[in-house]
Amino acid sequence: MVFKHELRQGRTSFLVWTASIAALLATCVLLFPEMEGEMAAAGQMFASMGGFSAAFGMDRLDVGTLTGYYAVECGTVLGLGGAFYACLAGVSALVKEERGRTAEFLLTHPISRTRVVTEKLAAVLVQITAMNLILLAAALAAVKLIGETIPWRELLLLHCACWLLQAELACLCFGVSAFLRRGGAGLAMGLAAGMYFLNMLANISDRAGFLKAVTPFSYCEGADILAAGGLNAGRVATGMVLACAAAAAAYLRYRRKDIY
Amino acid sequence: MDAICVKGLTKYYGRTRGVEDISLTVAQGDIFGFIGPNGAGKSTTIRALLGLIRPDAGRGQVLGLDIGKDREAILARVGYLPSETAFWPGMRVRDILRFSAGLRRKDCRKTAEALCERLRLDPARRADRLSLGNRRKAALICALQHEPELLILDEPTSGLDPLIQREFFAILQERNRQGVTVFLSSHILWEIRRWCAHAAILREGAVVAAGPVDGLIGSGQDPEEAFLRYYEEAHNGF
Repeated sequence: MVFKHELRQGRTSFLVWTASIAALLATCVLLFPEMEGEMAAAGQMFASMGGFSAAFGMDRLDVGTLTGYYAVECGTVLGLGGAFYACLAGVSALVKEERGRTAEFLLTHPISRTRVVTEKLAAVLVQITAMNLILLAAALAAVKLIGETIPWRELLLLHCACWLLQAELACLCFGVSAFLRRGGAGLAMGLAAGMYFLNMLANISDRAGFLKAVTPFSYCEGADILAAGGLNAGRVATGMVLACAAAAAAYLRYRRKDIY
Repeated sequence: MDAICVKGLTKYYGRTRGVEDISLTVAQGDIFGFIGPNGAGKSTTIRALLGLIRPDAGRGQVLGLDIGKDREAILARVGYLPSETAFWPGMRVRDILRFSAGLRRKDCRKTAEALCERLRLDPARRADRLSLGNRRKAALICALQHEPELLILDEPTSGLDPLIQREFFAILQERNRQGVTVFLSSHILWEIRRWCAHAAILREGAVVAAGPVDGLIGSGQDPEEAFLRYYEEAHNGF
């Protein structure tokens, strides 16, 4: 009941974010034939821009190819856009009830708080999964439209990494929201943007390399994924452990939280 | 078995006192008034009974069930009207009623329909565009539609026009005749005087008097004056 209710409540936000990211993603892909020639020429210049190139992984990618172009340009749209949506969905799932003063109504029905948390978390993860499937479909359709061969493995790996990134960030924000009574949107956006910049910092400076272990954007790095032909299992596992810990914190806190 | 039995209930919000050492008993089948000035701790007591907040000390039972351990079993048998009513944006009254019934795994359509008619509430209206009074009606129907054994109503008549108030109390009386216990929190003196057999008066987080309403007023005294005396003592205490 709460699961369906959550999906219905989040419908508008889901549609707006999904349509916006899908449109940007498809536009990026559709621009590739025009950019292809210029990108091939600019590729070498991009690769030799030192820290700037490293920050975006362009020193290790050929942006003149569809996969390289997709990893850099579309990867940023997909990674950042998806991360913002995931963080907002995660942070608002619990806190919106107290902010909107609906918590008292909801929690005076015979339903356990554990079930409320479970169904709300499930709704967030289902929305993220649905968004990623739609985005993947939009990307595949756009690649087909420009007449390129679909690089299935690379595209699926990039999208899978983004889905995991969004799931991790949503769980982190979900965990944080159990401790809040108001707000949370600024914190969520800050977390998404902060994690993105931590990854850029780690790319630029060797001394900041340890940040790769902290930010989920590290296993979304298109250059690494394409070079290795897979995801960095260690970083993904660390991220999933953090996500589970945050979800567990949400359960522990929300079960004992005073609602007033 | 009492409908409500609370002993030594204490709750602090940080350093702020919510209630302190509250003890009270409500017999089954009673219409019990819970009266006190703003900030006396009426809503805190109710929230503790319903498991919304965890008491710092004390224990309580609702319909023979422990408020700490049997939260869901209690909530299945209780209808609650909060003092503030808010609903999710975009939902119609009928969606809210269906959602509430669904959470209780009950089909309450017939009762809900009858209550909407009696309280003159159009179920097709958007809940987030309702006036305060109509929002209260929707919340009241949610509290009543599953036919609970105990009704806990926090300031139930605020925002209701006199005609609807009359209909509301008629419904309460009907339910009470069927054996339903009513716990009515209010600071409207005449409501308690007119409808309740027993009452407890709360002041600064503590019960200062409890018993039959006639006894609280005292023989030969003006009921309004008698209640106001308790209130004034509360204000003098600040």
